[in-house]
Amino acid sequence: MNTDLRLAVDWTACTAHGLCAELLPERITLDEWGYPLVEGTPLPPEAVRRAKRAAADCPVLALKLQ
Amino acid sequence: MTTIPQPAGAVLHDALPRLLPRTPLDLAAHTAQYGPRAGTQGLSAMLAEAGLTGRGGAAFPVHRKLEAVAAAAGRSGRTPVAVANGCEGEPASHKDATLLRLAPHLVLDGLLTAAEAIGARTAHLAVEQGSGLLPGLRAALAERGGDRVELTEVPRRFLSGESSALTGYLSGGSGLPRFPQPPTRERGVGGAPTLVQNVETLAQLALVSRYGPGWFRTAGTAAEPGSMLCTVHTAGTAPRVFEASTGTPLRRLFGPLPSPVQAVLVGGYHGSWLPAAALDRRLAAADLGVPLGAGVLAALPADRCGLVETARVLRYLALESAGQCGPCLNGLPRIAAAFADLASPLRAVGSPRLLDDLARWSGLVEGRGVCHHPDGTVRLVRSALTVFAAEASAHQVGYCTGSNPAPLLPVPSDPAPEGLR
Ligand SMILES: Cc1cc2nc3c(=O)[nH]c(=O)nc-3n(C[C@H](O)[C@H](O)[C@H](O)COP(=O)(O)O)c2cc1C
Ligand code: SF4
Ligand code: SF4
Repeated sequence: MNTDLRLAVDWTACTAHGLCAELLPERITLDEWGYPLVEGTPLPPEAVRRAKRAAADCPVLALKLQ
Repeated sequence: MTTIPQPAGAVLHDALPRLLPRTPLDLAAHTAQYGPRAGTQGLSAMLAEAGLTGRGGAAFPVHRKLEAVAAAAGRSGRTPVAVANGCEGEPASHKDATLLRLAPHLVLDGLLTAAEAIGARTAHLAVEQGSGLLPGLRAALAERGGDRVELTEVPRRFLSGESSALTGYLSGGSGLPRFPQPPTRERGVGGAPTLVQNVETLAQLALVSRYGPGWFRTAGTAAEPGSMLCTVHTAGTAPRVFEASTGTPLRRLFGPLPSPVQAVLVGGYHGSWLPAAALDRRLAAADLGVPLGAGVLAALPADRCGLVETARVLRYLALESAGQCGPCLNGLPRIAAAFADLASPLRAVGSPRLLDDLARWSGLVEGRGVCHHPDGTVRLVRSALTVFAAEASAHQVGYCTGSNPAPLLPVPSDPAPEGLR
């Protein structure tokens, strides 16, 4: 069973730091301009802790868990 | 049931037009024609039964939005706000301005009834700077004595009418779209739960609240009932605004076409090109297989190049990106530039990768902005590449089948289409 949490990006804030892709490589890769390509399906429970950490560590708080 | 007296002149359906009188109606003429504004008793159920959907582009069921805003207001304990969206940022659309000029009281009735239904005490009506609509709207409001509606002009740009951009502007902000969490219906003007409806939607609501859902459904198809306002573009004539019953064959809407048609644009600049065979289909998303958007329709003559026409629009759409969201900022200008190359046989010949680039960048901008501008733009790109595929192949081997360079669709800062000169 997956949680009902999903990752989303506030595109007005994201500055393509790319940190999130390092912290959550199985769900986030970077496009050819450096912006995150995020798997938007519900997170499995084992990914939640690291997803929260990635969201908290985004330098501009653009990565959202909702 | 009150019957609406029919103005003389061309009508597209026996019972139309409902919304568009031939000359502007002042309050006395409006009341004589439609009767007094209706109350809010059972409004949501009537709208649900009528099947009224939003006329601003997304065709969202109106009763569901009313209920969602009222529920958000209940949860948060805040008094909600109602906004009539008359911004009409799309340069090819003229239906909202026409409606506000001819039947301002119908829009105001709908706005006030919707506001009352959700428990709002503040109602806004927003139009675009330079539209020239404010004096007429002020005069209409002055006729109504006690009714309070805040009139605002928003900056003249494509995005100004996007709901979060509009509520942001009305809250004293920049007027750019924002991250849609929480959504406008929960946090809009001044942070209050906010109902944003297109002005035509509100005029339709004003009629449903008076005459009921059964009456509303006497026009249109069962699945997409009622009438809708359309702006129709044909080569060589100024654009015309019609009220059409959904289900009307497109050919009837366009009227006599001066020259053979190769393609039809349905839904405007965030819409879709369809092959000319669509002329024999009916005005309904289910029949055409694409969204009707805000009702902009255009017939592209056979002697024009659909790629050139699309490239002009894409350049405009890329320039109108607010540049806030990385993928949109990076993708739309690249898409527009690649499409311009494709539209030019000279440049297309030497660039075999254009189609691959367009497909990849389209995928990279879709769904990756805080507003739907990239999604609408991609819809136009993909439909053009499908419908004008043969033309694209011709360009890639060095020739163009178009023989007439006159533009069809209006793009600000470009030369005006011939019919408008
Ligand atoms: C880029 C963009 C521009 C928009 N411009 C307008 C507009 O000018 N007028 C309008 O009514 N809706 C516009 N919309 C749609 C609004 O966001 C909103 O959905 C609409 O006003 C809701 O009213 P409706 O449900 O009655 O259609 C726009 C949407 C986008 C994504
Ligand atoms: S870490 Fe934040 S700013 Fe950097 S790419 Fe990810 S979401 Fe964007
Ligand atoms: S998606 Fe594009 S047009 Fe929409 S707000 Fe972001 S940058 Fe602006």
